[in-house]
Amino acid sequence: MRTAARGALWLLFGAFFLFPLYAMADFSTRNLIKGGRTGAAWANLFADDALYQAIVTSLLLAVLTVVAMLVVLVPTMIWVRLRTPWAKGVVEFMCLLPLTIPALVIVVGLKNVYLWVTYLLGESALTLTFVYVVVVLPFAYRALDAALSAIDLKTLAEAARSLGAGWPTTMLRVVVPNIWSGVLSAAFISVAVVLGEYTIASLSGFQTLQVQIVAIGKSDGPTSVAASLAVLLFGFVLLLGLSLLTRRRRSS
Amino acid sequence: MTTGVGVELNDLTRVYGTVRALDGLTLHIEPGEFVALLGPSGCGKTTALRILAGLDEATSGTVSVGGRDVTSVPANKRDMGMVFQAYSLFPHLTALENVEFGLKMRGRAKGDRTTRATEMLDLVGLSAHLNKYATELSGGQQQRVALARALAIQPSVLLLDEPLSALDAKVRTQLRDEIRRVQLEVGTTTVFVTHDQEEALAVADRVGVMSQGRLEQLAPPAEVYADPATPFVAEFVGLNNKVPAEVTSGQAHLLGMSVPTLAGSISSGAGTALLRPESVTVTADPAGTSTVKSVAFLGPISRVYVALADGAVIDAQLTSAAARGFEPGAPVTVGVEQTRLLVV
Repeated sequence: MRTAARGALWLLFGAFFLFPLYAMADFSTRNLIKGGRTGAAWANLFADDALYQAIVTSLLLAVLTVVAMLVVLVPTMIWVRLRTPWAKGVVEFMCLLPLTIPALVIVVGLKNVYLWVTYLLGESALTLTFVYVVVVLPFAYRALDAALSAIDLKTLAEAARSLGAGWPTTMLRVVVPNIWSGVLSAAFISVAVVLGEYTIASLSGFQTLQVQIVAIGKSDGPTSVAASLAVLLFGFVLLLGLSLLTRRRRSS
Repeated sequence: MTTGVGVELNDLTRVYGTVRALDGLTLHIEPGEFVALLGPSGCGKTTALRILAGLDEATSGTVSVGGRDVTSVPANKRDMGMVFQAYSLFPHLTALENVEFGLKMRGRAKGDRTTRATEMLDLVGLSAHLNKYATELSGGQQQRVALARALAIQPSVLLLDEPLSALDAKVRTQLRDEIRRVQLEVGTTTVFVTHDQEEALAVADRVGVMSQGRLEQLAPPAEVYADPATPFVAEFVGLNNKVPAEVTSGQAHLLGMSVPTLAGSISSGAGTALLRPESVTVTADPAGTSTVKSVAFLGPISRVYVALADGAVIDAQLTSAAARGFEPGAPVTVGVEQTRLLVV
């Protein structure tokens, strides 16, 4: 009885989540004019130069955001826990703050700051990295916080220091390997947020993948749906990778 | 064989807000010596150890190791091995890799450090567990690996911060003796912090009893036990009965007997004698004014609780063979052995 109920639930949820993906795959491979199937929309992902550039930009943004977020957040959170525990509440509040501010407000608020950013670094879409690092902070903070709470950070760090490790070595060789699942979670959630972000990029006038998908959707439905599906599948593969990696580490 | 170095803590003070965790602590340790710092929670013993390790900073005072002032040297440059109260093995490394860690930090070649780490794990009896992770080891085994890891770097000083307190009684005794054996074998100067007096008395060359950030007495275990320097030491180390006594010219008069007083006692007048249970004698006496209240059997020894004529209860420690004759309600006479007593 329980197995049957479990099977029914699997089917129900499977259908609920997979049907839209199937519909997207079906639509993106349909030849709307002549009928039948075509891979043209998927080929456009590489053939359409603007779309291809947008994909590259978004992937680069995702990578840069993850790197910058980890470089800023991991040492800060470790340092706060070890040396200035009184500041933990303040840091947590600051990290969660972006969640409560609408994207439109962020864009308007950052306009003046971005005048300087574009003045110093040029008009590249990659300058969105700075905003995205702020936008992903609430998600990344939660993932890293949970991982740091699961270990005896103070004792591990002190043990490493007493054995002759400096602070960088302590963080990279002792702390990070033990919060690796949290680091991976933070990274993948950040990738998902960056690849799904539309409002800030669009309002700032940068051509990221999401902005392109919307633009193409107005003239070429199948290609925009193919791009959306590709992003979803990419996210799915990332999450699957995360789960496999953390499981392998746990079992070893 | 490592040659130990001398350690000097000079007038150390550590203030946290309004709390003085250390209040002018001065402690000199001889090369190769095993010193136990003993005291109740909050007496400053762990703070002293952490300052010696470089994991905390003194508000004032100096730390010197082997004649070199290391007060402002960071923890990773102090060359000290430390075993913590909490399990501190790096969970992502095997026992062998944990022990190799400190050697790796010192730039030792791979083959060299594996040999040394294997030797150290062998020394603590864990050569069969080289490739196990911390989660696969028992608490006692984890602390053994931590000890091997601390010793592998051939530290100038070995610091033990209540390493046995998380272990069960049997493992605690085994590991306690093992720590002493290993320390004697390698000859490293060792500071062992504990709140367990039995642990401190059993392993240390000298025991430092601390209270309120100060060192009350630093002496060999037998001396701390038999000749406590202060009332605090007398009360903290060993169990004590408090019996009213009258002091005149260096003699304490109590329970109808006279015994000499210890230095630090009041010179004359009425006071309270701190009387150890093993110094109390109990004799069966049908005309005795005291009565046996209860007898607690503790294996080789027994505790006999006797109600005195005035109703106060005194605790006597006898061999179980000697205690067998006493039944609750039996009339007895209570006396004191001819040992020196502290009267305050």
